[in-house]
Amino acid sequence: MDDFLSLFREYNIPAAFWVNIQLTFWAAVISLVLGVILVMMRISPISSLRGFATAYVEFFKNMPLTIIMVFMVLGMFGQLKLSFSDNFDINFFWLAVTGLALYTASFVCESLRSGINTVPLGQAEACRALGLNFWQSASQVILPQAFRGSVAPMGNTLIALLKNSTVAAAASVTTETSSVMSDMIEFHASQILQIFFIFALGYVILIIPIGLLTTYLSNRLAVRR
Amino acid sequence: MTNHATTPEDTRNPEGIRRSPSSAGAQAQSPERPLVELRHVEKHFGDLHVLKDINLSVNKGEVLVVLGPSGSGKSTMCRTINRLETIDSGDILIDGTPLPQEGRELTRLRAEVGMVFQQFNLFANKTIIDNVMLAPIKVRKMPRQQAHDEAMELLARVGVDSQASKYPAQLSGGQQQRVAIARALAMHPKVMLFDEPTSALDPEMVNEVLDVMLKLAAEGMTMICVTHEMGFARKAADRIVFMADGQILETGTPDEFFDHPKTERAKDFLSKIIDH
Repeated sequence: MDDFLSLFREYNIPAAFWVNIQLTFWAAVISLVLGVILVMMRISPISSLRGFATAYVEFFKNMPLTIIMVFMVLGMFGQLKLSFSDNFDINFFWLAVTGLALYTASFVCESLRSGINTVPLGQAEACRALGLNFWQSASQVILPQAFRGSVAPMGNTLIALLKNSTVAAAASVTTETSSVMSDMIEFHASQILQIFFIFALGYVILIIPIGLLTTYLSNRLAVRR
Repeated sequence: MTNHATTPEDTRNPEGIRRSPSSAGAQAQSPERPLVELRHVEKHFGDLHVLKDINLSVNKGEVLVVLGPSGSGKSTMCRTINRLETIDSGDILIDGTPLPQEGRELTRLRAEVGMVFQQFNLFANKTIIDNVMLAPIKVRKMPRQQAHDEAMELLARVGVDSQASKYPAQLSGGQQQRVAIARALAMHPKVMLFDEPTSALDPEMVNEVLDVMLKLAAEGMTMICVTHEMGFARKAADRIVFMADGQILETGTPDEFFDHPKTERAKDFLSKIIDH
């Protein structure tokens, strides 16, 4: 027990988790916005928009996150000089958020698209028959039902995002959990099992409520037909 | 009456469900321009030729009932009139205006054509009253209060005003279909399309929907109904169109069609229905 306490005294483990939560929060917000825009492009009547969104989703969905994260630092920042802040920590944090959001947006788009597939074609036909245009149909009828039909896959996407936030280590975010864990193992190799246990348990504690919440919400919000 | 060929005399209707003043008056204004006109309409689904040289005109105030066996193209024809189905060639005119291909002009014209579907298609995420108010507010830019008042009035007309704040899934099929009719009427359409409106209903709910349709017909609404309800066809129709294999085989008054069908195909169709 003393081993555990000394680890907690030496390292600020809750702060490390807090960094991952912040990474996840901002990436979730940005990827949700991007994902909604992408899915609207994918169902739009304009073929060039559909093509762009399909290409985006296929590109980012099939790209390893580590490569995106390393590219954000070495490519976007190192070569292209894209910088969010003169403060290195803040800059790397937002580069990591951007990489996570660009990657996750493709999964949000796919989750929403699976939600759209739960909306019967007749709903869109009724919209068109009444003279509603694409934007009115999407915002008033199709997307509200699609959101409610995609709560479960969206929850899975959020869970994956929280776990993926550890890849921010590849974007030089040194304060997040996997970086802190590597540090701890380097200096306390004898306590390796305890260290693994702390981080594993931490993520389980964070993620189980998300799973419970999405199950509850997907039942509660299900569209009754 | 200048138009004997397309609009029958009203005397044939024993139930008295006819409204000659409105239809006769409207025809007097523009006797040569039908409200809906299909000219040489052709459509294929892949190799299947579903509409073959369809020519049809519907005058203002006329009730047209389309009959025919399954797969005869009658639903498809109905859906081409507001371009839920595209056509390969030919022309469709609504009140003299050709149906536009896409965009704002098409949505404007669709707003003039009401449609009632077999599966009701009420918006599942909106209450009954919101279903009826949505299009007047969004498409016609009607003030909310006015849209609400008109919607309540329409719901009262179809007898579901007491359910206004419920969601579609909480209503019976018959009630949902009556709401769907009210929703289409809220746009003040020039013509109403009914695509097998009673086919998905439990038998005891069919009449409540047909009653609403009969009332509409009596009020002078121009209607195109695809249906299998022969009693309704006899009672409400000014003209019956019989389709089979993508073609219009017969057109005539209900009496002509039911009592003296001209084609073998129609005789066969009628014999199969009446035998049971």
